[in-house]
Amino acid sequence: MDFDVLVVGEVRNSKIHSVTYELTSKARELADKLGSEVEVLLLYSRCEDELEDLIYRGADRVLFVKNEELKFFNQEIWTNIVTDVALKRQPYIMLTGATSSGRTFFPAVAAKLNTGLTADCTGLDIEEETNLLLQTRPAIGGNVMATIKTPNHRPQMATVRPRTFRPLPKDESRKGEIVELKPDESLFNVRVKTLRFERDESQNVNIQDADVVVAFGKGIKKPENVKYISELAEALKAAIGASRAAVDAKWIGYPHQVGLSGKVVSPKLYIAAGISGAVQHIAGMQTSEYIVAINKDPEAPIFRIANFGIVGDLFEVIPELTKRIKLEIEKSGGKNK
Amino acid sequence: MRIIVLLKQVPDTDEVKMDEKTGTMIREGLQAIINPLDLHALEEALRLKEKKGGEVVAISMGPPQTEEALREALAMGIDEAYLLSDRKLAGADTWATSKALSKAIEKLGKFDLILAGEKATDGETGQVGPEVSAMLDIPFSTYVNRVKEVTSEGLVVSRVVEEGYEDQFLPFPCLLTVVKDINEPRMPTLRGKIKARRAELKLLKADDLELSESEMGLKGSPTRVVKINYPKISRNAKIYSVKDLNKALDDLVDILKKMAVI
Ligand SMILES: Cc1cc2nc3c(=O)[nH]c(=O)nc-3n(C[C@H](O)[C@H](O)[C@H](O)COP(=O)(O)OP(=O)(O)OC[C@H]3O[C@@H](n4cnc5c(N)ncnc54)[C@H](O)[C@@H]3O)c2cc1C
Ligand SMILES: Nc1ncnc2c1ncn2[C@@H]1O[C@H](COP(=O)(O)O)[C@@H](O)[C@H]1O
Repeated sequence: MDFDVLVVGEVRNSKIHSVTYELTSKARELADKLGSEVEVLLLYSRCEDELEDLIYRGADRVLFVKNEELKFFNQEIWTNIVTDVALKRQPYIMLTGATSSGRTFFPAVAAKLNTGLTADCTGLDIEEETNLLLQTRPAIGGNVMATIKTPNHRPQMATVRPRTFRPLPKDESRKGEIVELKPDESLFNVRVKTLRFERDESQNVNIQDADVVVAFGKGIKKPENVKYISELAEALKAAIGASRAAVDAKWIGYPHQVGLSGKVVSPKLYIAAGISGAVQHIAGMQTSEYIVAINKDPEAPIFRIANFGIVGDLFEVIPELTKRIKLEIEKSGGKNK
Repeated sequence: MRIIVLLKQVPDTDEVKMDEKTGTMIREGLQAIINPLDLHALEEALRLKEKKGGEVVAISMGPPQTEEALREALAMGIDEAYLLSDRKLAGADTWATSKALSKAIEKLGKFDLILAGEKATDGETGQVGPEVSAMLDIPFSTYVNRVKEVTSEGLVVSRVVEEGYEDQFLPFPCLLTVVKDINEPRMPTLRGKIKARRAELKLLKADDLELSESEMGLKGSPTRVVKINYPKISRNAKIYSVKDLNKALDDLVDILKKMAVI
């Protein structure tokens, strides 16, 4: 059809990553406005999840490429295959997650297709009069929201921040097709080689996928005090985030840094302890659903974007909070969530 | 080894103050600086040159005052600086920026490596690096936090992704975008500054690029910003004093239960 929406999904650790369902849900809404279809493309070497699930949650067609060469992410193979699929299927809109891989291969695909790409969108809609995609994204550290169009080039492409949209509930009566694609061998013949992948075993590093992030800043004073944060994070099964000041002090690794020069996160719950809330930090977490701030300075800017604030010494507040949460979890039968 | 660094001049957000009423950034009177991540790209280029010999060239596209950024780079020790500045290029989006930069790079002669920042603090797209490499048809990698090995054929880099680190090999010529973790940028020396003041910048104009006007600047940009909103950032927090810690924790635990995080 003329107005199809193509979602390039992500399979991580042999599982369909949640951003795939989020984008499929939004794509469904866009396609319904356009009277068109949703296709989801997956590239992987192994996938334990059922591909039907994507159909139950909004897709009309799942296209998959299964190949041993896709075991590790390889931006060149991805660029080749996705470009090839786009040229053959001529989608009207193309979406992928603004994850480290999406933000890597999608710009290369856009360049190959000679079209525009809007980064890190947090809103997507169809403009009624023109049928054009309206792409909204935060700019200047999130203090401005810009709406962007791609009037004359196709496809209209966007990377979308994970956790922005809600997946559709499962509807097993939905029908669709699952199609295996066999791209030309030559598309796997690439210059970049991914040699190995080393999982970061340091605790709870995946701050972008976590429902809950407990973050600390300069206010924890010394590295020994990270334990206060880890204990709370453990109780909440949360990932640990940090301000740049804390990362620069080497109290925790760079992958934990939230903000303009770190990662952008949008968890359900963000707890900021001993973080002043500089604009560059706020840029990385202000889209969180609920923000709790603990700071001893009542004037700290973090309170301005928080939903819930406690003005006080974090060394007094955090252990109490941890205790209460543990107690609460015990009461509810020891099961977290 | 000949290394090209992509430098962008951006407003200095370190100085940014918030307008309390509107919840927006006050940008007036901000100084322009080299995009902080580009300083790390520059530093890495200088270190590679110190180890392997060769030459470091920087190129920047922007209004005439971008010259300051390039002079700073010269003071830090690069060998040559190219300023790509032309009214016709103004208003370029990432595609048009990348197109202009890649055409300009083709004019700079043979190179082994291009280094860029992972993203710029103003546009925050992180797209220019990958787009330039695609347009030049060279391999690339992003989020590079370490160059682990340099051989005559290419390099091994480590990149930071969500769940850990990934090692990749790339043959020359190639492009890397780097994150802040890669190094600690040096300060310009006094001698460097004096030299930089006298150094000659190489100027490039739109006409040097062999591009049609429909591929340049605002007109040549596939994307268009059609609306700007200033969302208010205040969430009207419930603020508790630590004196009421018990009440605060009661309320917070209730909220967390409602949110189903505990
Ligand atoms: C280009 C650029 C990019 C940047 N990128 C980022 C980024 O990605 N992420 C980022 O975070 N920053 C970034 N920054 C830095 C940013 O401007 C701030 O310097 C940084 O966020 C401050 O970190 P902080 O809040 O931990 O430290 P501080 O500003 O020092 O704040 C510490 C806070 O802890 C509170 N405190 C102290 N002791 C206690 C206690 N016992 N109990 C409770 N509270 C206490 C203090 O009141 C204070 O508010 C960037 C800066 C620049 C220029
Ligand atoms: N106008 C420009 N001139 C030179 N390099 C640029 C320009 N714009 C972007 N870059 C490079 O591309 C990187 C990513 O920029 P961006 O895609 O704007 O976030 C920057 O860190 C620079 O290295």
